Amino acid sequence: MSGLLPHLPALIVVTPLLGGVLAPLCGKGPTKAWALATAVTWVTFALTCWLAVSVYDQGTAQYFVGTWGVGSAPGPLGAKDWTGIVGIELRVDRLNALVLCLVAGMTAVITPYARLSVAKEIPHDRLHFFYAVWLLCLTGLLGITVTGDAFNLYVLIEISSLTTYILVALGKSRDKRALTAAIRYLFMGTVGASFLLLGIGYLFMCTGTLNMAEMATRVAELRDQRGIHTAFAFVLAGLSLKMALFPVHQWLPKAYAYSPTAVSAFLASTATKVAIYGAFRFLFTVFGTEFSFGVLDANSLLIACSCIAILYGSLVAIRQSDLKRLLAYSSVAQVGYMVLGMALANREALTGTLVHMVNHALVKGAMFLAVGCMIYRLGSAKVSDLNGLGKRMPLTTVCLIVGCLGLVGVPLTGGFVSKWYLVQGALRAGLWPVAVVLLVGSLLAVLYAMRIVEPLVFGKAPEGEEVREAPPSMLLPTAALLVGSLVLGVSGSLKTGLIWTATGDLLGVGQ
Amino acid sequence: MTVGPELALVIPLVGAVGIGLTGSKPNLREAVTLLCAATLLGCVSLIAAQVLQGEHPRWEGPLMGPGLQLVLEVEPLGLLYAMVGAVLWIPNSIYSIGYMRGHHERNQTRFYICFALALSSVMGIAFSGNLPTLFVFYETLTLSTFPLIAHHGSPQAKRSGRIYLGILFSTSMLFLLLGICWAGVANGGDLSFKAGGILGGVDPGVRSVLFVLFVLGIGKAALMPFHFWLPAAMVAPTPVSALLHAVAVVKAGVFCMLKIMLYVFGLDVVRDQVHHEWLMSLAAFTILVSSIVALNQDNLKARLAYSTVSQLSYIVLGASLGSVLGILGGGLHVAMHATGKITLFFCAGAIYVAAGKTKVSQLDGLGRSMPVTMGCFAVGAMSIIGLPPLGGAWSKWYLGLATLDSAWPWLLAVLMVSSLLNVAYLMPIPIRAFFLPPPSGGPEPSGIQEAPLPCLIAMVITAILSLLLFFAPELALALPELALGGKL
Repeated sequence: MSGLLPHLPALIVVTPLLGGVLAPLCGKGPTKAWALATAVTWVTFALTCWLAVSVYDQGTAQYFVGTWGVGSAPGPLGAKDWTGIVGIELRVDRLNALVLCLVAGMTAVITPYARLSVAKEIPHDRLHFFYAVWLLCLTGLLGITVTGDAFNLYVLIEISSLTTYILVALGKSRDKRALTAAIRYLFMGTVGASFLLLGIGYLFMCTGTLNMAEMATRVAELRDQRGIHTAFAFVLAGLSLKMALFPVHQWLPKAYAYSPTAVSAFLASTATKVAIYGAFRFLFTVFGTEFSFGVLDANSLLIACSCIAILYGSLVAIRQSDLKRLLAYSSVAQVGYMVLGMALANREALTGTLVHMVNHALVKGAMFLAVGCMIYRLGSAKVSDLNGLGKRMPLTTVCLIVGCLGLVGVPLTGGFVSKWYLVQGALRAGLWPVAVVLLVGSLLAVLYAMRIVEPLVFGKAPEGEEVREAPPSMLLPTAALLVGSLVLGVSGSLKTGLIWTATGDLLGVGQ
Repeated sequence: MTVGPELALVIPLVGAVGIGLTGSKPNLREAVTLLCAATLLGCVSLIAAQVLQGEHPRWEGPLMGPGLQLVLEVEPLGLLYAMVGAVLWIPNSIYSIGYMRGHHERNQTRFYICFALALSSVMGIAFSGNLPTLFVFYETLTLSTFPLIAHHGSPQAKRSGRIYLGILFSTSMLFLLLGICWAGVANGGDLSFKAGGILGGVDPGVRSVLFVLFVLGIGKAALMPFHFWLPAAMVAPTPVSALLHAVAVVKAGVFCMLKIMLYVFGLDVVRDQVHHEWLMSLAAFTILVSSIVALNQDNLKARLAYSTVSQLSYIVLGASLGSVLGILGGGLHVAMHATGKITLFFCAGAIYVAAGKTKVSQLDGLGRSMPVTMGCFAVGAMSIIGLPPLGGAWSKWYLGLATLDSAWPWLLAVLMVSSLLNVAYLMPIPIRAFFLPPPSGGPEPSGIQEAPLPCLIAMVITAILSLLLFFAPELALALPELALGGKL
């Protein structure tokens, strides 16, 4: 078994890719392709955990793909027969080990849920294709996270985006608007990816390499070149689109609201997180904190955008009558929190961002899953449908309430811990108004959470309808994610271990 | 026998689970509540025995992240607050049985569960060993009491619940959390409670800002203008008003205030190095204005609520003086006001259950049919006013001394005027009940028509406690004295 260890960075991408190719061969019907997908996602999750443990113990893992270079001298990073330009390096340090585990873990929990939910929301003759695309999307997301090559990163972003368009569009049998949502995301996503490609092109032009670690050393010498500045602008714009940072967030609410619910949960808990990881990688590793935040002062822009995102997203969320849209706008606000911590660029704030990333994935994923339970039984998920749900679907109700507490960031949930560090980070950066915005944001979160909780607890159910509790195969994954968020709130091992050391790595400070 | 402070948190939690499991059998369920309350009192007493021997039982929770840990450490002032909560939970549970059944309330299991959870949070606040722990349990107390406020689910109850959550959450999140984080950033991350304070080396300007943030952040102290939640909370069933909104929740607020003055800023800093005059003035303003508002309330519970707002500011005033006597008087008033006010609420609820009356103007001649209730009311009222031979006399005495000892002796006049106002809004109630004839035209009262027996037992217990606290105030005095560093 331990012979596999050096190949893990490649295996975690290859496994879901193979699964994605095999899934359509399973034939029509709801079960076979689903079973394959579940097995593949859990294997992938196990592999990422293994990889994360070894990275945490032994430091960065490297893997060289394409050792077909002709150079006889040792490559720049110590690899034999490797040319810095054409070979692709997979590189896993503590930061992307965390993101890999998060993405694979969330998918592994959501896939078992998907069987009933997806079978209800999309036509049965498409199910095997659905799972194929699902696994390919996972491949793309894991690939983005694992790769150490800028162009490769672009290619994988395109893979994940193209598959995401399909997944969103599959929501059309529940709601025709899924098609326009997918088109909208297609346009916005393509613009974002093009920006990113242009940026990477400029970087390649100036540095002569596509390897991100190589780029980083050369950017440090070329920081006064216009080309590097231009590249920075394009990359930042492209990534902002992908992570739906205000003011380029418009694709997100529609895409989340009209896609099949399992897809909403999947996207909310993985896709934006991976985009934010990409921003981390470019701002902190490739360009370096000194260039990004010192020479170019990108933090002012990012702080401004994210503060507006927090307030705007929360305010709009309060006014929504459809639960999926409410959660989607809440995501716009939460992306603001994460980008804010990144832009503050001190250790507390970065810790806050990473904890928030994990917590938000768990909580928002769970909320979408709980809403999916409602849709499964009621056919829709409006705020008015919540009235009296406490009596009819008590377990779903408990999940929704715990999820709301997590979104608000009540003490003893993970959300409190991330808020704690973000506020500390803002104060440490000397920006108390930003700390106030953070806290006002969580007060606004109380308002939209109350819109969910109040009818659940005190509302009266409409007469006549018999509604049963959702099936266990849907409730269990939902509950599992929430338990995860509660454990994250109370236990410190992940935070003091992987996350704290990862932030130290990012800022280049000792433990 | 050594008992850790964590046990005091766990007992009510176990109780809550037990209540949930026995929900279908009301008698068993109430037995669980009483057993749990008695166990808690025993546990807190054991802790008290250790503290009086000079120990500081301590418990360290899991590290929730770098620099963020739940720590419990018993200090004498917190013990006093925990004692008050634990002692009064027993009569309150007895009372709840009579009230909730006599009144045929729905969702009683949820009610008792939330009550136990609230008590667990109270113990957490009382024994918190650092500011993050304090904040965590401060918020869980708000959350666990919210379902009790909105218990009836009527539009008015829901509205009150929103006001309650709105004010308490917005003050604690916007000001208290910001203050705590800022204190950590300003002094290098030390957020534990220490005698003499932890902000000694912090820039004076920042310290004054922190003072404002901490004071405004503790919305539970019901300092004006953040007092609206308390009268709104009166929509809750009376046992909730009695234990939580006369004792546990509001005392959590003023206790946090005392603790922060004593262990975060330090008395010297409060007295000499921050601008604290505004807080004194605000407390004096609240004392007077809410007493005047109380005069004009015809609804009995609303009148008692405004009286609570006023009495809480006595404690805030004591804390803001930054003197040993002020803390002593404030600490004593936590215990004295609690026993007095809980008696008054018990009586108000009993009147509602037995006679269906909620307004002061309806109480004429009620003393004839409810002599025990109105007698207890008179005792509680005199304790609140501060008349001997009742406990309230001691705390008002020390608070008066504290004002004389300070640079602002005119504050004594505020206390005296307020005591007169207390007389004016509380004493007419027993006087009307005993000395005025029943309203003509209504049905003739047919002899004694008292509230259910458990209600009577509970209010007699707390009335006797008020008396005892006058003749034997040693324990209530010993704990604040210990906190202030030995005999005064």
